[in-house]
Amino acid sequence: MTHESNASGGSWLDREHTVAKPGFSRWLVPPAALCVHLCIGQVYAFSVFNLPMTKLLGITQSTPDDWKLTELGWIFSIAIVFLGLAAAFTGTWLDRVGPRKAMVTAALCFGGGFLISALGVFLHQLWIVYLGYGVIGGCGLGIGYISPVKTLITWFPDRPGMATGMAIMGFGGGALIASPLSVWLMQRFASPTHVGVAETFIVLGLIYFFFMMMGAVIVRVPAPGWAPKGYVKPAQPKKLVTDQEVHVDQALKTPQFYLLWGVLCLNVTAGIGVLGQASAMSQEMFPGRITAIAASGFVGLLSIFNMFGRFFWASTSDYIGRRNTYMVFFLLGMALYAAVPWTGHTGNVVLFVLFYCIIISMYGGGFATIPAYLKDIFGTRYVGAIHGRLLTAWSAAGVFGPVLVNYIREYQIDHGVAKANAYSVTMYIMAGLLFIGFLLNYFMHPVHERHHLKPEEAKA
Amino acid sequence: MAKTHEDVSDGTTLKLILAWSFVGIPLAWGIYETLANAVLLFH
Repeated sequence: MTHESNASGGSWLDREHTVAKPGFSRWLVPPAALCVHLCIGQVYAFSVFNLPMTKLLGITQSTPDDWKLTELGWIFSIAIVFLGLAAAFTGTWLDRVGPRKAMVTAALCFGGGFLISALGVFLHQLWIVYLGYGVIGGCGLGIGYISPVKTLITWFPDRPGMATGMAIMGFGGGALIASPLSVWLMQRFASPTHVGVAETFIVLGLIYFFFMMMGAVIVRVPAPGWAPKGYVKPAQPKKLVTDQEVHVDQALKTPQFYLLWGVLCLNVTAGIGVLGQASAMSQEMFPGRITAIAASGFVGLLSIFNMFGRFFWASTSDYIGRRNTYMVFFLLGMALYAAVPWTGHTGNVVLFVLFYCIIISMYGGGFATIPAYLKDIFGTRYVGAIHGRLLTAWSAAGVFGPVLVNYIREYQIDHGVAKANAYSVTMYIMAGLLFIGFLLNYFMHPVHERHHLKPEEAKA
Repeated sequence: MAKTHEDVSDGTTLKLILAWSFVGIPLAWGIYETLANAVLLFH
């Protein structure tokens, strides 16, 4: 069956041409997914370009005609918004065409976005950068993010959390590579008359395109009816693990979708709010003890915990269940957020760092566990499309979290609170958000059978 | 009966090593660079 399909007509990109032949190891699929996620994770490191891009004309310092930091901040925001939109609107298409075509599309968008942005930098036209990295690159982010999820869940029905956790771990790890690589490239291309951003964009665009295409070459889908050796489908599924399928359009009509949307949004809001402020927060809570250089090390440490948390918590969810995993996120998160001000008052840097590392590991874990949670609730068939729709929660949290942290901090300082104490109220509010998330997760229950695909629809 | 892909040949083992190295080496470098900076936090 698999051999015949490869001999038939059609494009190399088609789903039929990605069906694995006998002897293919499913352990080749996670690195294929990582090829994509390690690249698109670069978005978290985009800020390394902000300062150099304010000196494109002045070289050593900004001139009045140079771009402002506030204008440059929109590049990241546009990219994240288009990530959510692309994931939401292309999920159904992706489920139909398969992972390879989606990965190639993502590679073209993300790599091409860099090349277009290089042109924008070269011509000093910011709208071209918005279009290149923000809009087109952002679409590459969204398509690339969801492209391997369903494939991994299908290859690893015995450990779906671990499989998707591995891929989404790559998204957290992408910044660890991109940040030093981008700085190194800019140093290589910089000259007395040039900051080297355009050339760095070109090189990164080509590297990322090549890397993501390797993922597209490696990726395979299992043949129909395939199962891992020794795997026996549970005869009696757990209460919150369905053996039915829910169509993506039906999923949007269920309360479960919106409960999960809220669960993801609140978990991400709490994490993303403090992640963006981690450097400033650590320096202001421990003035004179955590320097700017040490704070950048702290941010790096958080990135590592963000990355490994994705794998650790998603893998753990295979054993303790998705709902229990989120219960841990919310209960432990509440305790830790509430305890962070205490570490500041007592001057305990070690506990401050430890608490934050655990908090951020659970932030990453929330992203990585959600695909398997969706699979448990709605089945495997439309999980990619449903996951895409759910990622709009990320876009909302991306706006809500930082705004909440920044405005509360400003309000506190404006009302005479010392900078060292200005984050206390924020932490308690974050703990409150997690409590709401806890309640939403607590009320999760199986989808009513009227939403399930009929047997004849499931066979189609 | 369910088909399996678990009978891994030598060629597949080599592919596995190459594929995991392809993603693992850059990731290990990124982690090393980040940890080298993070050490400053405790100095």
